[in-house]
Amino acid sequence: MFVKFIEIHNFLLSENIITETQKRISNAFDVFDHESNKTVDVREIGTIIRSLGCFPSEADLHDIIAELEEEEPTGFVRYEKFLPTMTKILLERKFRPITEDLLLQAFEVLDQQKKGHLEPEELTKYLTQEGEPFTQEEMDEMLSAAVDPDKNVILYRDFVSMMTFDDTR
Amino acid sequence: MGCGVTKSNQLRLKPCDRGNISVPAMRAALLIQRWYRQYVARLEMRRRCTWNVFQSIEYSGQQDHIKLYNFFSYLMDHFSSANSQRNLVSQMFGESDLFQDAEWERHFCYKDIEVPDVYAGPHLSFPLTISNVTELVDAFKNKQKLHARYVLQLLGKTWTLLRLMPNISHVCTCKHKEITICGDLHGHLEDLLLIFYKNGFPSAETPYVFNGDFVDRGKESIEILLVLFAFLLLYPHDVHLNRGNHEDHIVNLRYGFTKEVLGKYQVHGKMILKLLQKIFSWLPLATVIDQKVLILHGGISDKTDLNVIAKLDRHRFVSALRPLKRRGASARPKEAALEPDGDDEFSSVRRRVQSLTHGAPVRLRQELQRHSVHSESGRTGRSVEEELRERRRLAGLSLLSESDCAEVLEADADDWKQIVDVLWSDPMSQNGCVPNEVRGGGCYWGPDVTQEVLDRHKLQLLIRSHECKQEGYEFCHNGRVLTIFSASNYYDVGSNRGAYIRLGPDLIPHFKQFQASRSTRDLTLRQSVGRTERSALQALRMQLFAHKSALIREFQEYDPQCTGLISLKHWAVAVEKVLRLGLPWRVLRSQLVSGSTQDGTLNYHDWVNQLSVIQPNTEIANTSLLETLYKHHSNLESIFRMIDTDHSGLISFEEFHQTWKLLSSHLQTDISDKAISDLAESIDFNKDGSIDINEFMEAFRLVEHSRAEMEAPPSPD
Repeated sequence: MFVKFIEIHNFLLSENIITETQKRISNAFDVFDHESNKTVDVREIGTIIRSLGCFPSEADLHDIIAELEEEEPTGFVRYEKFLPTMTKILLERKFRPITEDLLLQAFEVLDQQKKGHLEPEELTKYLTQEGEPFTQEEMDEMLSAAVDPDKNVILYRDFVSMMTFDDTR
Repeated sequence: MGCGVTKSNQLRLKPCDRGNISVPAMRAALLIQRWYRQYVARLEMRRRCTWNVFQSIEYSGQQDHIKLYNFFSYLMDHFSSANSQRNLVSQMFGESDLFQDAEWERHFCYKDIEVPDVYAGPHLSFPLTISNVTELVDAFKNKQKLHARYVLQLLGKTWTLLRLMPNISHVCTCKHKEITICGDLHGHLEDLLLIFYKNGFPSAETPYVFNGDFVDRGKESIEILLVLFAFLLLYPHDVHLNRGNHEDHIVNLRYGFTKEVLGKYQVHGKMILKLLQKIFSWLPLATVIDQKVLILHGGISDKTDLNVIAKLDRHRFVSALRPLKRRGASARPKEAALEPDGDDEFSSVRRRVQSLTHGAPVRLRQELQRHSVHSESGRTGRSVEEELRERRRLAGLSLLSESDCAEVLEADADDWKQIVDVLWSDPMSQNGCVPNEVRGGGCYWGPDVTQEVLDRHKLQLLIRSHECKQEGYEFCHNGRVLTIFSASNYYDVGSNRGAYIRLGPDLIPHFKQFQASRSTRDLTLRQSVGRTERSALQALRMQLFAHKSALIREFQEYDPQCTGLISLKHWAVAVEKVLRLGLPWRVLRSQLVSGSTQDGTLNYHDWVNQLSVIQPNTEIANTSLLETLYKHHSNLESIFRMIDTDHSGLISFEEFHQTWKLLSSHLQTDISDKAISDLAESIDFNKDGSIDINEFMEAFRLVEHSRAEMEAPPSPD
């Protein structure tokens, strides 16, 4: 009896969740729909997906975009295709957020000498040569926020807390 | 910027390829990259939202202005001079403008204006020399003002020169020169100086094209004009100016240029503005480079024909918003039909016409609502001529022998449309050509139109401005249309870069970007996004406040039991319904609604009250009038300035009363005489029974600033 109640409750809740989710997706999509014709430039898809709280890698994005594109790529993605794909991503909670702890650990791994900070050159080397490398522009931007201007090093502990502070948005 | 696509096969970790990098380190790098790109994307989303807010408000304001103007035009066209409102409007439009050029030259004579010894600004001597002009530029850099005598002298010479120029300037890069092309400047002198610093002053070796919108919005519009005109006089073959939609005295009434000039030149401002009206109408409409690259301010339509444009009398279109005065020495034919001498038959026609005022503008208003430009079937979208024709028909003009006037009017209408399209149009991504209802003038034109028009004229590229772009420039229509915008920080500090183009004989555009103000460049991405965002939100709150009553009414629709609560979902729907700005309210919600929510519902009365800005000092008895004031303060100000034909900055109580009556007529709301007198009483009229326009408007502008101060952001990270 009780279980049934929970099931029904969950079902009703999920119906609601689906519409709420779709509204969120629709709103995020609309922000980039410059012509108000339910299409966005394919190059904005990454931004839209990430702004909805997902943390895909570039490879993940590449796969998603391949799925979303038309047989003959127009450079645009239509909402009708985007919605089901994105709904699925959100409901399945794919590409989960990276927590503050995890992020801190990552910096600590890079800090092999356990100095408590990283040199700009060190970080630059890692991020522009490994993984899914940053462009020079991305690197410069991160450094402008991350490097302590007096000591000219990256105090990653502070950096991480400062950046994740914003997560309430 | 991080959300692009990179080759996927490089991304799989290959530990054996990396000599001294461990797997955990690679994983860590990947994680950091993944996280950072998400962070940047969120910022980008916020930035884009902010942008949309500004742009919506800007275009809706423009639309408003045009609607107001169309309303006046309608009054002019369909009411007889026995109607006082119509007379008021006709005063504004300066219909008595019958002087010949020679008479005007005498009127604008600078010779009697003396320059006092105490004047510390630059002295100009004509013909201008390069040192004169550099001295002028330096003076403006030091915030000095050019004396009215020299202003009028300079403008007079500019007017003389421009009258010799054709509608379309033809330029060639045959001497292996590179031409520099700049977009909108909008009174941002700092940006112009930056361009000159980076690119050099205009000269025979460094020719320039300035693509319109030199004035309005920024605070140094007159300085920009004087500098550009000075260089034009110095190098008439190497400096080319195109007219923009803001080189228009009607637009200037609303967007700040008129106010700026009157503020800086209290004695001679009016004369300067009048002379500028003439100059604006004589500005060329387009520039063509090497017969291949077309440069004009707004854009094109499917009807654009450069041969027609080359032949028309451009100076007859003093304002692109107003169709021409009827030709002919006698009084306007329409007026003759409608102006009876107490004849009953005609007075009934007049009554019919009068009631039509309440018909057509409503329709016009509905048609001008912003909505998708996607071509749907059954969509109304009248062209300008169709609208004109419809209005005339409704006014019962079949009384006249239209064939007499038809030919003249038709040609005028065509010429007018050519000009409006050139100055006001925007590109769209779909094929076709539809009226630009967002701005209220010109068209939206598609890539097929670009191809057709450019091919027809054997051109390869269209360079235009008119729209602010985040990077200062943007291509569209398969690279055949290029937008160039040179006013950085246009919406607010940090909102966008400016750019200019260098074009050599190969006709391949090279871009240079810039952004004025050191302080913006030193801000981090997050700080600059945050700043612009706060500004946009402030503007939005003003809009919301201005629509308080309507919002409450709409919220109440969703709250039949009068609980005072509404779901956040319904909040978003209601807000869009009232404001009609087409903004993503759900995304904006977290910024506009704070604290009042518990379990997804909002106490809307609290929320609306929280929006309240500080009351102005004047006690305004009638709150609905206060709201009208906020909602329409731009319109109100425009009307004031139009009424103030002698540009004194003062209007009498009677004119004040008339203004409100006009506004209420336009808005089709009831503003009672009592409400107006109450308002007037609460304002401090001068002893001679007039009020100062600036003071009146300032009382409400102060409110915006104090609120912004109240909400001063916490110290930057």
